[in-house]
Amino acid sequence: MIVGEITKSGPFTHGTNTVQRTMFTVLLALLPATFFDLYLFGWPAIFLFGVTIGSCVLAEALMLALAGRPLAKTLSDGSAILTGWLLAMTLPPWAPWWTGALGAVFAIPLAKHAFGGLGQNLFNPAMVARVALLVSFPVVMTAWIEPHPLFSANAPSFAAALDITFGNGLPDGVTAATALGYVKTELSRGIPVFQSLSEYGRNTDLSYTPDLMDLAAGYKSGSLGETSALLILLGGLFLIRRRIITWHIPATMLGTLFLLGTLFNLLDPARFAPGYVHILSGAAVLGAFFIATDYVTSPVSLKGQVIFGFGVGCLTWVIRTFAGYPEGVAFAVLLMNSLTPIIDQYTRPRLFGRTRKGEPLPLKGD
Amino acid sequence: MKLFPIRGGIHPEYRKERTSERVIETLPLPHRLYIPLQQHIGAPAEILVSEGDQVKKGQVIARRHGQISAHHHASTSGRVIAVTEIPAPHPSGLPQPTIVIEPDERDEWCVLPDPIPDPFAVTPEVIEDRVAESGIVGMGGATFPAAVKLQLGIRHRIDALLVNGAECEPYLTCDDRLMREYADEIIDGARIMAYALGAPRIVVAIEENKPQALETMRVAASTFPQIEVVAVPVKYPMGSERHLTLAITGRETPARRLTADLGVVVHNVATARAVHQAVRLGRPLIDRVVTVSGGAIREPKNIAAPIGARVSDLIDFCGGFSQRPECLIQGGPMMGIHLPGLDVPVVKGTSGILALTADEINERQADPCIRCGSCVSICACGLTPVELAAHIRHDDLEGAAKLGVMDCVSCGSCSWVCPSHIPLVHYFNYAKGALHAQEREHRKTERTKSLVEAHAARLERIAAQRAATVARKPKTTTIDEIQA
Repeated sequence: MIVGEITKSGPFTHGTNTVQRTMFTVLLALLPATFFDLYLFGWPAIFLFGVTIGSCVLAEALMLALAGRPLAKTLSDGSAILTGWLLAMTLPPWAPWWTGALGAVFAIPLAKHAFGGLGQNLFNPAMVARVALLVSFPVVMTAWIEPHPLFSANAPSFAAALDITFGNGLPDGVTAATALGYVKTELSRGIPVFQSLSEYGRNTDLSYTPDLMDLAAGYKSGSLGETSALLILLGGLFLIRRRIITWHIPATMLGTLFLLGTLFNLLDPARFAPGYVHILSGAAVLGAFFIATDYVTSPVSLKGQVIFGFGVGCLTWVIRTFAGYPEGVAFAVLLMNSLTPIIDQYTRPRLFGRTRKGEPLPLKGD
Repeated sequence: MKLFPIRGGIHPEYRKERTSERVIETLPLPHRLYIPLQQHIGAPAEILVSEGDQVKKGQVIARRHGQISAHHHASTSGRVIAVTEIPAPHPSGLPQPTIVIEPDERDEWCVLPDPIPDPFAVTPEVIEDRVAESGIVGMGGATFPAAVKLQLGIRHRIDALLVNGAECEPYLTCDDRLMREYADEIIDGARIMAYALGAPRIVVAIEENKPQALETMRVAASTFPQIEVVAVPVKYPMGSERHLTLAITGRETPARRLTADLGVVVHNVATARAVHQAVRLGRPLIDRVVTVSGGAIREPKNIAAPIGARVSDLIDFCGGFSQRPECLIQGGPMMGIHLPGLDVPVVKGTSGILALTADEINERQADPCIRCGSCVSICACGLTPVELAAHIRHDDLEGAAKLGVMDCVSCGSCSWVCPSHIPLVHYFNYAKGALHAQEREHRKTERTKSLVEAHAARLERIAAQRAATVARKPKTTTIDEIQA
């Protein structure tokens, strides 16, 4: 069929929403957390952030050129920037530049354009990139550092930062464990969860204990997006308010994670981390509001989104608790992505005037 | 009154304030009137006049043809100067047989049918006949012959007449103005229709954004205990017949059935007023109120225009264009149709003429679908437009049919909400058209097949008969039989 440039069938008015507006609203929602985290981890993080987004946009431009699609229009929709941004937020902040660049290769040409470009990909590009990097370079991808706020005494200088990102890599002795990673390692040594949790903070140079507020505020080691649960939550609520996303995926995902965590923690506190730790650490909040809610790779109906969120929550808990990796959001999201088409198929709304099976509704007296 | 929620819906910018406070003005008689034979759903009317005939105002000039059709009348007195083909108010712009009248400025009425002084004392058939004689069709835009809809009372038990004053389309204010200026006539027409249908109850449904219309209609209805005027939430497409029925009664019309099967008949407020005029005054449907609006119109107005006035006559009356319109629409912007030009006439279903600017249309080239799911959550019919479009794009019309594309009412909400500006309704209209064509083709082949089969069966039967005749002939005796 042919659709002309100006459609002669209605409607002859249109809502103000556009793809571009949607993408840039998401970017806006990410800003507070991003600023805070870039401040927290200083120049190396800023370099990596720039390299990752730049590589994603470059890769997108290259792919569009190869496919013979209009460059300016598609590039300006902001989707490649968003992919790069989210990917950057899941990398260790002081990781070398090539993680961002290689991540862009995984995310844009492989996860997005191999499937047909914007809107066609089955899997979340940023998560594909993160997981591909994680399984390929486990050491680099788990070299977390504790916060080195910009302009503070222990912050690396601009030159030192250049060396970290583009040169010799991490200086000795700066890596630290994330809360989840620490608990996991300690548990494997036979240290119960409650003990390792209370020790977690004291093992770092900074004199703080990992209480609720610290975990939430984000003054802790981790990737950019793992740190400030509160600021991410703020951005997420902004997205709900602007009707970019609905509460269905974040609420069911975080709710499931919290309930499973709390339940098993009550059953055996030595083996299972409490619910609030699951929510406030790792990429749970970022995943719930910004990654699992990715339009392209999540179900379209609200009912489908509830199932999807529930699945991501369950799998995240299972992977964090039983699998080899301390963090499971990326894997959980990718696994549920693969189920999206089938969830969509089984959660179509009921047609007006028809039964679920598609038969006309019975009339009284029929 | 307790209302029931309808699924989905959108809240487009209403832009009704441009004309909502403008009193209905009467269009000066144009120099020519163009009255098409087809202004309604069903068969075109049969022409009764020929070139050179003198006609009087209200005279039947085309007679309904078949079960579903409508009379058409001369909107003024004058001379038939041509019976010709002119572009119809239809996106195709295809020519349509049309009677062209040159008014004689006398505006002289013909002998009208006698008023029915007490419509509640005559039989429903008398009312139906009068409505049919008066050429009344559904004036909300669907243009289904009103008399046929009044006959629904014969086979169905009708509990309620639903008078549709929702006017959920943006821009349009013709029904709003009618309710504010002619509330008594609308209520009277509604009572007559309810009587003809045998409906004990009348519910007038008006969207909450028309408080004055609600008020005047409430006052007009206050002396009739069987009438209830209800404010319904502002939500597009609240004015859709089935959705309004659901909102008021809580009952969902089964697919492929009528609201009458639930005991509800829906008529537009303008139709109710036309029935009042036909029954009480004997006056046929020869004019209607049209909202002329849009950013490109110098002075937007609500105009009472004779049927057959050209769109250009109405626009001139509004001071012409203030800028070049990007698009000319008949009806509302959501479900209206693109007009091929300014020379097409106002017909019985013309609720609005909109000259829209590019800003108002906000048309963009489509981006790829990002599966945001907005279309799924807003679809009032429970469809999944995102999936339908994917099937149709790959020419899998059967797949689209299975997902219910034929249940789409083309309300346009999905296209409106789509951030990628994908012309979803355009896809669905295409699919519906193609599926209808397939269906017709299929029926034709089936018919041919059954004819061929019948032919073959007949030949076989004849052959069998012949064989039987041959078999009945005396057999020659065999050796075995002799031995036995």
